[in-house]
Formats: sequence, structure tokens, C-alpha cells
Amino acid sequence: MGHEKSWEKRVRDWEENTERLLEKKPERKERFETLSGIPVKRLYTKEDLPAAAAEELPGEYPYTRGIHPTMYRGKLWTMRQYAGFGSASETNRRFRYLLEQGQTGLSVAFDLPTQIGYDSDDPMSVGEVGKVGVAIDSLEDMEKLFDGIPLDKVSTSMTINAPASVLLAMYVAVGEKQGVKSEQLRGTIQNDILKEYIARGTYIFPPKPSMRLITDIFAWCAKHVPKWNTISISGYHIREAGSTAVQEVAFTLADGIAYVQAAIDAGLDVDQFAPRLSFFFNAHNHFFEEIAKFRAARRLWARIMKERFGASNERSLQLRFHTQTGGSTLTAQQPDNNIVRVTLQALAAVLGGTQSLHTNSRDEALALPTEESARIALRTQQIIAFESGVADTVDPLGGSWYIESLTDEIEREAMKYIEQIDAMGGAVSAVEQGFMQREIHRVALETQRKIESGEEIVVGVNQFRLDHEPQPELMRVDPEIARQQIEALQALRNKRDGAAVQETLSRLKRAAEGTDNLMPYILDAVRAYATVGEICHTLRSVFGEYKPV
Amino acid sequence: MNRPIRVLIAKPGLDGHDRGALIIAQSLRDEGMEVIYTGLRQSPAQIVATAVQEDVDVIGLSCLSGAHNELFPEVVRLLEEQGAGDILVVGGGVIPQEDIPFLKEKGILAVFTPGTSTREVAEFIRKAVAERKA
Repeated sequence: MGHEKSWEKRVRDWEENTERLLEKKPERKERFETLSGIPVKRLYTKEDLPAAAAEELPGEYPYTRGIHPTMYRGKLWTMRQYAGFGSASETNRRFRYLLEQGQTGLSVAFDLPTQIGYDSDDPMSVGEVGKVGVAIDSLEDMEKLFDGIPLDKVSTSMTINAPASVLLAMYVAVGEKQGVKSEQLRGTIQNDILKEYIARGTYIFPPKPSMRLITDIFAWCAKHVPKWNTISISGYHIREAGSTAVQEVAFTLADGIAYVQAAIDAGLDVDQFAPRLSFFFNAHNHFFEEIAKFRAARRLWARIMKERFGASNERSLQLRFHTQTGGSTLTAQQPDNNIVRVTLQALAAVLGGTQSLHTNSRDEALALPTEESARIALRTQQIIAFESGVADTVDPLGGSWYIESLTDEIEREAMKYIEQIDAMGGAVSAVEQGFMQREIHRVALETQRKIESGEEIVVGVNQFRLDHEPQPELMRVDPEIARQQIEALQALRNKRDGAAVQETLSRLKRAAEGTDNLMPYILDAVRAYATVGEICHTLRSVFGEYKPV
Repeated sequence: MNRPIRVLIAKPGLDGHDRGALIIAQSLRDEGMEVIYTGLRQSPAQIVATAVQEDVDVIGLSCLSGAHNELFPEVVRLLEEQGAGDILVVGGGVIPQEDIPFLKEKGILAVFTPGTSTREVAEFIRKAVAERKA
């Protein structure tokens, strides 16, 4: 005591003392690691801080610390709860309820027939109408969905991929009927087909025509709907299918590279469409890894856009993203525990600098959320935003030795995957070869084994169980809705101008066989009240359907 | 002759979430069973046709979209119609507890909800197939 030891000497002494302590008191595990398998050291010190990290500022390239200089001090993230079920009128009521409760953006969930381009009366739709989202067959349903909701005042996110162009056209057409110009519309369509082949399964067409539809949307929106986010490149579903955080970042950005390349190949200028690209990530369980993941994704994308694609518009370099908490982490057992999981995940998203957030409801491992559980989920965000103080300074974990070192590590590991995918000819080709699908499945199996062996603890499932699970009230979709939906659809078919519908569909078919931008043709068909199924079948007749490997 | 148990893992309807189905398929293979996976978007009629053609002992249906009450009983009904009522049918996915009595009444032998271990499923199938043969 008394004399000052050097830092190096103090660290050496600390390590020696700790080693001695370990002989008497071993640690809980021999090896600690993140969910991506990145080793977690016992202690992080200033030696772990990457040199560049100390020099980074928010709002500056490569945006590790956030895309805005003031972040949530200027504007909180958008609280955007995903909702939709049953009929358009019923979902309209839930939307109005959520807006009254202080939600600041809408997010539409469509049922599976709509997502895969079938009408409600198609034999493929049996049992699925209005189940996981709202059933939309035609512009008439879309008018009911946004009845009394001024499209110049809200921003709307639509989770739609294979028929994204059709639903976007319907949104534009509803705007026209409300007297809102397409230039004023704000929102996002998911429009990410590659992750459908990789992880979620709601594809229709093969990759090549799908990529054409996507670049047609980019080009058309740049002219007509300039405030619209034309794609939300999604890691969410990749993670839900079982990937690690590193794979989530790598595969999502690899998909992003494929879209940018396709648009450039179609003759678009990178700085014209890139500012409207947005991303969608999962917030999973490992708190620090998730925060580092968001920071790493931002930095990687900025570098890819600048170095690989030569983008120069600042907005082209900034990765903006929506986050949803991890659905697959929720347990059917003791569902109230899910509120806690969601809180931690939402906090990670906020500390990671998300632009918008959906917090899952506690009962989602059992059914669609009830109104009460949807409200608690929204309140969770509001408590984080208004009570916790975490939104009051920018990138509060920036400079944390652990977070910065983990951010670097995730960036490095994700880049290795991206290089591997490049070597396979890019994401489209890697998807066609089943590469991402296999990698994700491998990790999903490992995770299942770790849970079954107890190596990974899931509270309430493989530890801390209850003998008797109380059964919560669940939300149910009335099967009557499917019948009413089919009746309304058939009534529409009788009252619309059938010849006009056929005419627009024939023009669409010819355009699909050629190279014109398909958006104007789809918009004409939508205005004539052609259905989602009719439009998609027309495109199927030209493009064919995707068959997985 | 003791042939391995043959299982068809099937995704009826339009639901594309196949993480659970793929994990179960692989785990049952690891348990020594012969497993066929249908892939996505199969109609009950297609599933029954495959099951009969492949001469399976068990069909495992996976559905997370809430369409189970319509789709699962239809598979059982079609099996009986085809004289293949001896094929056992089990189900899994996001299925509320309160739907399970209905599904069992319609001939679904067991319903495995989230959190079930793959070993539990394998043991159930082994026992059920042995009982059916006895």
C-alpha cells in the first residue's frame, strides 16, 4: 500500500488473485458465451475498447452510435404495434383503439391467403381466412380498413411480401379516394421476398420475377410515393426460424446487398432509391449481444453502401430499422413472464437505437393477443420511453468496453458470412442453394438440444415450472368472419364492371410478359376492383410459382 | 420383422413457420424413425394421399396459424374415408389448451404445444404405435 502500481501490474495482480479465488470458488460455467457463441470474457477493460470506438459520434459515418445526432432526445421511436385479424371493419376498430391509446403508427397484419395471393373463397384458403391477420380481397376491403383514418396523418407499415405491389397499389388508391396525394403517403411495405424463401414461407413467384417486382416498386415509388419506405429488409423471421444474432445481421445485409445490386442492374441510381430502404430486426434474449448487434448492423451497412456501392447521399448510408421483440422466446407456460422478457428485449432495442418498435404481447405463444395484453405490451414501451430515462441521452452504452468489443466482434463474424455468400454468387444464389436455410436449421436444432439438456434455461419450461398452469383468456377469431368475407367478395364480383376488370388483367398479363414497370398496371387493376387473387393468378400464369429446394 | 416406425411430418394450410416441424422431423430421425416431410402448404387431401402412398404409421401435423380446428379433423376424416383409419394422427403448434379436447374428440391422438421436448414426442409415438399393433 501507499505506492502507486502501474495499470499493467494491477491487472496482473487482479488476474492472479482471481485465479486463486477460482480454485476455491469455481464459476457457474466453464465457458460463458453469447447466443451466437461469441465467448464472453470475465472482465472487459479499456484494453478491449477498439481504437475507432472512442472517436465515433452519433449522426456521423459509420453511424455505430445512431443515425441522428440527438436520437430520442429529439423524437422518440415510433411505437408501432402490429395488428390485424378477422375482417377489415373489425381491424379498423382495433386500429382506432390503438391510435386512441397513444400509438403513433399503424402496422397491418394480413391473413395468410392475402399474403400468398389467394382470395378468401379459394380452396387453398380454407381455415385461414382472417386468422393471423386481416383478410383483404379487394380495394373495397382496404377502404373499410382505413375508414375514418386520414392517410395524410398516419404512417402505415404493411407486412406484405409476395403481393406487396398489390397492397401498396390499394393503399395509394384509398389515398386517392380520401383526396390524399400519393406524394403525401408515409409508411413501409415489407416487400422482402428473399427472407420468405429463407425463413417464412409466404412466397409466390420464383426469385427472378420477384426481384423484378421489387425493383419496379423502388422505381415507381421514387417518382410517385417519395416518402414511402419501399422495403423493410427483414432479419426478424430469420431469427425466429432459429438463427443466431450474427446470422441475423449477416443474412439480412446479404439480402440487402442483393436488392441494391438488382436495382442498380435495373438502371436505378443508388442514391435515388437507397434512402428509402429500411430494415427490420428481432430483439432476442441476450441483452448485450442484441444491443451490439444493432450497432454492428448500422456500421456494416454504412460501409457496404459507401465502399461497395459508392453511395454518397448520407441517407443512403444510414441503416434505419424497426424492431420486434422475439416471438419465439415467449413461452406458453406462465405467460405473464413474457411481459418481463419483452421488457428486456424492448430495452435492448432502444439502447441499440431503433427507429420503431413492436412489443409482443404476453399471450402470443398461445393465440393472437387479446386487447388487454396488446395494451400491456404498448404500455411497456411507454414506461421505457417516459419513466426509465434511457431515452434521455444518445447511445448510453457507447464506450462500454464490453459493448464496443462485442459490436466489433459481431461485425467481423457477420462479414465472414457475407463474404461466403458473395463467393456463392450472392444472396439469391445462396438461397437457391439452400445455404441460409441449412445454416439456420443447424442452429435451431442445437438450440433445441441445449434446452432439452438444460444447458440453456428457459424459465417456466425446463426450470421453475408450475404443476398447474392457469389458463388465460384467449382471443378467438370468429369462424363466422370467413363466411361473411366470402359473401362480401362474391357480392363484389357481381356488382363491379367485370369487363373492365378483365381488360386491366389482360393488360397486366401483357406487361408481365414484357419489361414495363408493373406498378401502373397493378394500380389500374386495383382501381377496377380486381381481387388480390385475380391479380396474383395473372402474374402466376406468366411467372410460375417457386418450388423450394 | 421389426421395421422402423414411419412418420409423415406435414404442414397443412398456408402457415410457413416450419422451425418446429423441421426440428421434430430431425429429432424423430435421430430416434431411429423413418421420417418424410411434406414441405409447406399441403391440403389435407395431399397429406392423406402421401401418408397412404408412403405407408406411414403416424402423421404429425404442425400448424401455427390458428387453422388447426378446421385442418386437423379433415385429415382424420379423409384417412377414414380412404380406409386408412389405422394411421395415427398427432398435432402440434400454437394451439390453445381449450381446443385440445375438441381435437381429441375428432381423432387427433395427442397435441404437443410449445415447450414439449422432442424426446417426449418420440416416446409417445413409440408407445402409441406399439399399442396399436398389439
